[in-house]
Amino acid sequence: MSTLEANAGHHHDEGSYFDGPPGMMARIWQWSTTVDHKKIGVMYLVAVLFMFFLGGMAAIGVRYELLDPIRTQTTEFVNAAGDIETVTVTTGESLKELMGGMFGEGVSGSQIYNRVFTLHGAIMVFMFIIPAIPAALGNFLLPIMLGAKDVAFPRLNLLSWYIYVVGCLFGVLSILLGGVDTGWTFYTPYSTTTDADHWRVVLMVMAAFILGFSSILTGLNFVVTVHKLRAPGMGWFDMPLMIWALYATAIIQVLATPVVGITLLLLIFERVMHIGIFDPSLGGDPVLYQHFFWFYSHPVVYVMILPGMGIISEVIAVNARKHIFGYRAIAFSSLGIAGVSFLVWGHHIFTAMGELAAILFSGLTFLVAIPTAIKMFNWVATLYKGSIVINTAMTYGLMFLFTFSIGGLTGLPLATLATDLHLHDSYYVVAHFHYTMMGGTVIAFMAGLHHWWPKMFGKMYSEKGAMLGAALVFIGFNLTFFTQFFLGTQGMPRRYANYVDEFQTLHQISSAGSLILLVGFLVHLFVFVQSLLSGDKAPANPWGGLTLEWETESPPIEHNFHKEPILKHGPYDFETTVPPHWDPKDYPLPENAGKH
Amino acid sequence: MTMIDTDTSGVPARILKSPMHWRNAKHQSHWRSGDEEFDAAKFGMWLFLSTEVLLFAGIFCGYAVFRMLYPEAWANGSHSLDWRMGAANTAILLFSSWTAANAVRLCQLDKQFWFKINILITILCAIAFVAIKFTFEYGIKLPEGKAPGTFFSYPYATDPHEPLWWSLYYIGTGIHAFHVIIGAFLFAFVLWRAHRYQAYGPTQYTLVENSALYWHIVDLIWIFLFPLLYLIH
Repeated sequence: MSTLEANAGHHHDEGSYFDGPPGMMARIWQWSTTVDHKKIGVMYLVAVLFMFFLGGMAAIGVRYELLDPIRTQTTEFVNAAGDIETVTVTTGESLKELMGGMFGEGVSGSQIYNRVFTLHGAIMVFMFIIPAIPAALGNFLLPIMLGAKDVAFPRLNLLSWYIYVVGCLFGVLSILLGGVDTGWTFYTPYSTTTDADHWRVVLMVMAAFILGFSSILTGLNFVVTVHKLRAPGMGWFDMPLMIWALYATAIIQVLATPVVGITLLLLIFERVMHIGIFDPSLGGDPVLYQHFFWFYSHPVVYVMILPGMGIISEVIAVNARKHIFGYRAIAFSSLGIAGVSFLVWGHHIFTAMGELAAILFSGLTFLVAIPTAIKMFNWVATLYKGSIVINTAMTYGLMFLFTFSIGGLTGLPLATLATDLHLHDSYYVVAHFHYTMMGGTVIAFMAGLHHWWPKMFGKMYSEKGAMLGAALVFIGFNLTFFTQFFLGTQGMPRRYANYVDEFQTLHQISSAGSLILLVGFLVHLFVFVQSLLSGDKAPANPWGGLTLEWETESPPIEHNFHKEPILKHGPYDFETTVPPHWDPKDYPLPENAGKH
Repeated sequence: MTMIDTDTSGVPARILKSPMHWRNAKHQSHWRSGDEEFDAAKFGMWLFLSTEVLLFAGIFCGYAVFRMLYPEAWANGSHSLDWRMGAANTAILLFSSWTAANAVRLCQLDKQFWFKINILITILCAIAFVAIKFTFEYGIKLPEGKAPGTFFSYPYATDPHEPLWWSLYYIGTGIHAFHVIIGAFLFAFVLWRAHRYQAYGPTQYTLVENSALYWHIVDLIWIFLFPLLYLIH
């Protein structure tokens, strides 16, 4: 008897994954050597949120600079001695006045602005938004939703995290050395010639190259996990749609990232050894770089958005208490988006190709709208006659439908050749991109974070505080970016610190919006910290979800489930199933639940 | 897991009892069986190989574009390569692919001695390949000034775009040679574990098989690089 009790006490299965050995160093060692996908997911979450903070600070810097246009005016006047004297006055260098010392002597306000928006773009794209949902939430959820104990290759998973951290360190090092001004796209020949006597650009390109490896390994791990580790009874069409989305994402990560790997490697060789492949003076072709780059970087915007769409499918179905409308259509549209994503890279470089190619790429780009719209209509149809519960996750879910629709529809004029000629490289593109990436991915990320926070950390958060944050984010986001549609159509080009006076009011509204956005995220941060410190204990299934992660405790035990789960109902059979761990006090069930 | 009835009389008890020995190897706890773990590892390896193909696709694409634009430079460049060295390296890699495949089979049959010999031959082939590449190709071309990009200083070039050819030649073969070296280290690791623990046998040969798969893709990429670089007119 006593041995049995002793065994039970020490058995890993009993404690939550958060439990660890006593002592700070022991815990740090345990976390840094863990192969548990949940701990790795949490470590990713901490890392990406830190990068989000850095990238966000750069964004605030960009908006701060744009409060005033940078102007250099030269005036001539006759001085007291009767000679003609010229005086050059530069005004509006807000960032330089604030933090010019960080970038060294003799760097102009416009150069500082270039560096700050490059940092914003590079950090947000490579270090935040690509790993945010798949690597942080995906790592935590994918095995549990499949009913598995872990991902297929747990050690590889930990290696991905370390590679990610090393990549980020390269990026941060580049920033500390003064940053780069190439834009996050590293277009040649500028990226191979600018700042020539310094290693900053190489470091930043290396960062993106290294982060690519991390992304490939995560994708590879997820594809194999989905194929090989589904719970008994879980066929492909019994998988939650989040898994379908992560699966499509992982395929893109595996197939597109190696191309950017070789591209960035060539770019480093070009810059360091002048091999000439992208250098026209040696017969090379800078446009080839753009083709290579977008062959990766267009599919990768679907790496950013697809997992977000997976989250929205879960959040909307659970909180509408209704079977998701068009399950297969949503699943296949994820794969459809992944497939089409490889055929549309040319729409970034319409002006650098022949007419026929441009027309083809334009047509193919319109194809993306079809699977995206299929998802959108299915979500709306799911809401129809559902018993909708409004909580923070659902609020973000509905917000997604609104902002992502704007983001998606404003993409169509950019895919149209005639209008794109007018709009490309303008603030319209900036606004469109942010409505899809921020209004899409980040909003979905927030939805997912609130939906699964109780599961991940075993604590509830203040619904009121989170709702306040969500409201501020919504207002701030739309103020910041809706104004930019107007700026763009009126002719404000992207990546300029200078502009005509007519644009100032809109720029100032946009900057004010970004501050509200910042406050909104700080409110969320506060709510989350408060939840960790003093939140109520979360029940196993606070929202009434039917996917497998709600079957286990909050937070899950180390091996996820006490015994291997066997699938008894579909992920969205809300009309016919009593949710696991259901408590009548929490929420009512639909009429027929449990009577099938 | 079924125990394979093989002769263990000559194996010292120290090795037989080691947890690293293939008979004692256990699958990781999140798998239902060792077979599933093996299938997954192999599937993962195939996915990884597809990323390798895509990595080299960038180089082949650049090659195609510039060969179309500058056929003269490509012909000149190709003619100054020694096809005999390329052919020798092709033969070496093909042979080593055969020994790698042999090693997998011998491992499955628990013929430990010949398994290790085949791995060793594969490693030696890798070293020979890299040695030929560096001494008889790079080592001769570079001093002549046939170097990539702006380092190009060969005085008798007739086409202004020959530096570009050399850039692609060095990057393509260089990245390939890097893969050969990684493969050699992979096999060295396998050989060390096989020697030290008899870590691989009929029921436990995942790493052997995956290393061999990796080796075949390295071989296959060379099969494309060789004619494209050495045998064009």
